Amino acid sequence: MAGTLPSAAGSAVVIPPGLHPGAAGTNRAALADPPLIRWLLIGLSLAFLGLFVALPISAVFVEALRKGLSAYVDAIAEPETRAAIRLTLLTAIISVPLNLIFGVTAAWLISKYRFPGKSALITLIDLPFSVSPVISGLVFVLLLGARGVLGPWLEAHDIHIIFAVPGIILATTFVTFPFVAREVLPIMQDLGNDEEEVALTLGASGWQILFQITLPKVRWGLLYGVVLCNARAMGEFGAVSVVSGHIRGLTNTVPLQVEILYNEYNMVAAFAVASILTLLALGTLGAKKVVEAHQHQG
Amino acid sequence: MGAEVAAPSSALRARVRRKSNRGPLPGFGLSLGVTLTYLGLIVLIPLAGLAVKTASLTGDQLWTAISSPRALAAYRISFLGALSAAVVNGLFGLVLAWVLVRYRLPGKGLLDAMVDLPFALPTAVAGIALTALFTESGWLGQFLEPHGIKVAFAPPGIVIAMIFVGLPFVVRTVQPVLMDIDPTMEEVAATLGASRAYTLRRVILPSVMPALLTGFALAFARALGEYGSIVFISGNMPMKTEIVPLLIVTKLEQYDYPGATAIALVMLMASFALLFIINSLQGWMARRGGHR
Repeated sequence: MAGTLPSAAGSAVVIPPGLHPGAAGTNRAALADPPLIRWLLIGLSLAFLGLFVALPISAVFVEALRKGLSAYVDAIAEPETRAAIRLTLLTAIISVPLNLIFGVTAAWLISKYRFPGKSALITLIDLPFSVSPVISGLVFVLLLGARGVLGPWLEAHDIHIIFAVPGIILATTFVTFPFVAREVLPIMQDLGNDEEEVALTLGASGWQILFQITLPKVRWGLLYGVVLCNARAMGEFGAVSVVSGHIRGLTNTVPLQVEILYNEYNMVAAFAVASILTLLALGTLGAKKVVEAHQHQG
Repeated sequence: MGAEVAAPSSALRARVRRKSNRGPLPGFGLSLGVTLTYLGLIVLIPLAGLAVKTASLTGDQLWTAISSPRALAAYRISFLGALSAAVVNGLFGLVLAWVLVRYRLPGKGLLDAMVDLPFALPTAVAGIALTALFTESGWLGQFLEPHGIKVAFAPPGIVIAMIFVGLPFVVRTVQPVLMDIDPTMEEVAATLGASRAYTLRRVILPSVMPALLTGFALAFARALGEYGSIVFISGNMPMKTEIVPLLIVTKLEQYDYPGATAIALVMLMASFALLFIINSLQGWMARRGGHR
């Protein structure tokens, strides 16, 4: 080592022997990795994504179509599967709009006003992300189940939530709670409140500002938040599995139906139903690309 | 007389001042009310239910459930599995983020989209798909099993599923930081004669370190709580391949509510500790970003 120079960042840059400052060759070449390293890193990336993403996705469709297209269609048209699809749609139709309204309200609250406890509120909104899906289901069983805190009261009034459809909707709403708020909040914060405040001085009401200025500004992020929320609502397994009770044709959602078919060694049907959920996931990723393209356009 | 006039006007001034401190837009009360009510009903009251149930347990019940050999084995399996998966995701996530940010590749958009798949794919689907790949007759298992490498229905299967669910986190936290790094810093280092390896170690790595650790912690937390994809591939043998979330479900199915509650409490504490660590790391990341 010929010597060291203290750099602005405080760390020292070592100058190898035979080189003096300014003699390192072209800067661009110095920024590029050697071809061997490039190909190694690209190879590792492709292998990793191939193994963990491309292969599993391919396996779903190959297994689903193993016995031909008619077996695939038969598996999906089965009455229990159709009932599962209906229940999944019902769950999403209730929980997604609830979380949409909440997400917009919470993002508005956090981005438009100054108040104490804001960062604590953001942490609480994120909480369902950090709780295991199994615990997300368990809390509702402990609160509303037959032996739960409110169980005896619900029993007395003949209200059934756990091992019934309302429990599935509640658990799904809990799990998908942060999605819309999480997508919309950073965008609202980034875009600032200048236009809203101008509209206010021009005499616009709060609702006019929300619907004619703020929501159009954040529409692509909002759309993506709804798509993500919907994907999770339709695909949730752990939390729903704990509260559902697995009553066939009544409290089975699509992911639970996949599990039942799989455990019965009905592989073609299990993968056929799984392929519907895979298409939903691929559609979600496509929606993300569309939203990103629009956001970059401004 | 003068005092009577002054009193309301000072109250009014205080109200206006308070309002302008919050910001000029209307709707504070309504949005605060809706947010807190909904947060309370959907998240806080259910979580409080867990606390109430825990309070009704005796210390003895709690300790027996938490410290049973089966529970201890499950903690070990979950912790070691999540740790291994997070290490793999840390290494490959860094490589992937580097390739996606720095290299020109045909089809890079597709690679970038593939990274998000584990976020979007339902865990049950991931579970049966990975199991199909790694069973002894599966696409990959048929080459591994003859060499004595058992993945499905064994601990490696748990790690595979955990790697899958945690895959996007490191890439998505490191990628924006790499994009923000000013290439002139590397050019300056190179001009001053620093080797490429030295520049990577002393310029790039310190910049991405907070993001890398945040991604690592997020991937670890996600793997620790994961249930759906693991139950298909792990084989679910008590003491051998039983993860903590599965043990909770098993206890619930046996109507052992105290046991399920006690173990859930341990998991919840671990999650909150991780949440605290992740928040601190993100604070560190934000401060670093501010200095640049």
